Amino acid sequence: MNSNYLISKNIDDYFIGINNAFKFVRKFFKELFKPPFYIKEIVIQTYEIGVKSLLLITLTGFIVGIVFTKQSRPSLEEFGATSWLPSLIGIAVVRALGPLVTALICAGKVGSSIGAEIGSMKVTEQIEAMEVSAINPFKYLVVTRVIASTIAIPILAMYCSFVGLIGSYINIHSMEATSILVFYKRAFSSLTFLDIITSIVKCVSYGFTIGIVGSYKGFNASQGTRGVGKAANTAVVVAMFLIFLEEMLIVQVANWFRI
Amino acid sequence: MEQPEINKKEVAISIKNLSKSFGGLNILKDINLEVYKGENVALLGKSGSGKSVLIKLIAALLKPTNGEITVLGQNVNQINNVELNKLRLKIGFSFQSSALYDSMNIYENLAFPLKMNVKNLSTNDVKLAVEEALTEVGLIDKIKQMPSDLSGGQRKRIGIARTLIMKPEIMLYDEPTSGLDPITSQEINNLIIDVQKKYKTSAIIITHDLTCARNTGNRTAVLIEGKILKAGTFDEVFDSENEQIKSFYNYNFIQ
Repeated sequence: MNSNYLISKNIDDYFIGINNAFKFVRKFFKELFKPPFYIKEIVIQTYEIGVKSLLLITLTGFIVGIVFTKQSRPSLEEFGATSWLPSLIGIAVVRALGPLVTALICAGKVGSSIGAEIGSMKVTEQIEAMEVSAINPFKYLVVTRVIASTIAIPILAMYCSFVGLIGSYINIHSMEATSILVFYKRAFSSLTFLDIITSIVKCVSYGFTIGIVGSYKGFNASQGTRGVGKAANTAVVVAMFLIFLEEMLIVQVANWFRI
Repeated sequence: MEQPEINKKEVAISIKNLSKSFGGLNILKDINLEVYKGENVALLGKSGSGKSVLIKLIAALLKPTNGEITVLGQNVNQINNVELNKLRLKIGFSFQSSALYDSMNIYENLAFPLKMNVKNLSTNDVKLAVEEALTEVGLIDKIKQMPSDLSGGQRKRIGIARTLIMKPEIMLYDEPTSGLDPITSQEINNLIIDVQKKYKTSAIIITHDLTCARNTGNRTAVLIEGKILKAGTFDEVFDSENEQIKSFYNYNFIQ
């Protein structure tokens, strides 16, 4: 095999992969509105994603709040503007850190878990077993998990922001004995309706991305157990990359509205 | 021994001029086969000869390159999804790997297709159906266990029980005895025969195990390199002068 053939094959595979991914997303939206709706499975998956990520999100959100406050204080102190800390933290945590930290953690935890679970079902013929039992595996496995992550991740992100602000408050309180009411009033005083909406849109978009990428990679797993590992791994990498891309795009669009 | 009722006037599965290729590689070449109602056909062949592809085509898990497959009078590639799902409820597919759902226990594995396909069933109805199917395969005591707790033979039997719960008319067995010891293999063979008699199923049994083919099949067909070289009773096929068939048999005996 010469190098030209290999380059051409890799380019072909890349574009075929993109085409297949778009077909997969299109199939999701086609199946989304068709019965049956497997509500019970959506509730179970939302619980799995939401509740089982809670401890990790709590710890990470709390630490992010403390660390960000500690890092920001010296810069504000130089200008004698430490009273702006709550506002700065409020904007940073609600606009960016809460959604982004939640999305990245869930891309690792939820995305890999969906990729590995569906991938192992694929390579052990469990998906075909569903199909021959007249159960639509796409609907039962993919649609339910994507809906669940699209619901759970925005809730987790809001919770992460809340815990991040608590972490920040504890840090500020240890230095300045500020009351929690004053802290929260200042933190939210600089936030606009657009900030909240943008955050929600971002989280919904991250949740959808994590669910669909994990499902796509799992559904297309091959080569036995090696393929399962690969599906889980690439689900995380691709989801994280797309999350940063979406962050950049949504922030840019939100900034147009701000002007 | 009681003989199964085979109705040679009614065809359960009809395969005509079937071919299947993957990326230019011809896996199945011009396959023609009929399975009568109540009949078990054992399809013998080496690994990689296209046996599993053939039964996946029958269950419409794959699409043929050419030819047609008719199951219970319906062309599986020309019916819509709703009709296909109705047809699939009449087909039981026993996978080589058993394909039990890892995240569910045995009760849930069996109840799952029933709950998903039959509306308005009470919990008690589901429980009774699961218990009946598990009793049929002799594994009622495993009802609360997880698939990972079972041996290979038990997993195969649970896989068959899961198909029985929908009372199938057609059974497709993919290597039912592969990887099992002779005693467990014989238990599975007996189970296949019992299913044929009790549920009056028509079946294709994909295997490379001569004992399984002889014991379970009313007819035997040999698939080598994507072609059916001979079909008939086990003895007729066994006595064939075809060199490829002879070499397949000799290989099996040496094994």
